Amino acid sequence: MSKDNKTHLLDPDKWIDSYSDYLFNYAIVRVNSSDVAKDLVQETFFAGLRSAKNFEGKSTERTWLVSILKRKIIDYYRKINSKKGQAEVRMSFFEDGENEGSWIEERVPQSWNNEVERNIENDELKSQIDICIDNLPEKYAMVFRMKTIQEFETEEICKELDITPSNLWVIIHRARTQLRTCMEKNWFNK
Amino acid sequence: MLKFLKITCQEANEICNKAQYNEATLLEKLKLNLHIAVCKICALYTKQNRELTSMFKGKALDCKKESPCMSEMDKELLKQKMKELSS
Repeated sequence: MSKDNKTHLLDPDKWIDSYSDYLFNYAIVRVNSSDVAKDLVQETFFAGLRSAKNFEGKSTERTWLVSILKRKIIDYYRKINSKKGQAEVRMSFFEDGENEGSWIEERVPQSWNNEVERNIENDELKSQIDICIDNLPEKYAMVFRMKTIQEFETEEICKELDITPSNLWVIIHRARTQLRTCMEKNWFNK
Repeated sequence: MLKFLKITCQEANEICNKAQYNEATLLEKLKLNLHIAVCKICALYTKQNRELTSMFKGKALDCKKESPCMSEMDKELLKQKMKELSS
């Protein structure tokens, strides 16, 4: 054991070889863009270098870097959350009056063509799903993917992005509404 | 009729979406089922929503198999930048 009172030490020269894949993976399942994930990893290492003197050695190097990355991800989410001019999702229901909460006629779900390929092993179907998800406003896509594709627990997403469960369900609901319309138009009733 | 069990189509939709993740409560599921027993549109919506969910599950399985990495080139670039920053 070292006589130093720090149990863990930092060795920035080895960071990239040791942790970049781990951090990249951590980021990409949350932001789903390899460019954004790369940027976040880079910012994490830079912030780590700048604040290396504050490292208390209580956690491992990796845990410490992950905690920096987590803050970067929240910052990123807040940034996309506040973006102006975001495409608003067209809702399918009357918002007030005596029909409040009922279907608006032209938004009623259409029945889907039975001939169409529904097997998920179909590559074309997979890429159509991707295209529809990518068409969502970025924050909807991020929360939807975390919940549905990466299968994170609700609680975990709320904690990581600092949102409430009702917030999350509103986002999921809007994302799924828009995805349904997109899939209906481009896949089921093309 | 038990009024508190009555919901609008919009509420039915919201519960239906939550139910896709098995996170709707028992009461919510009861309300949804009573609603779709009388509302054909929402019954269709629910059926289609389940189908979408199974498609998304397929994607989820797919993504679990991948393990994306950073390219060696990106790593080298990053190493250089780190060096500049620390010198």
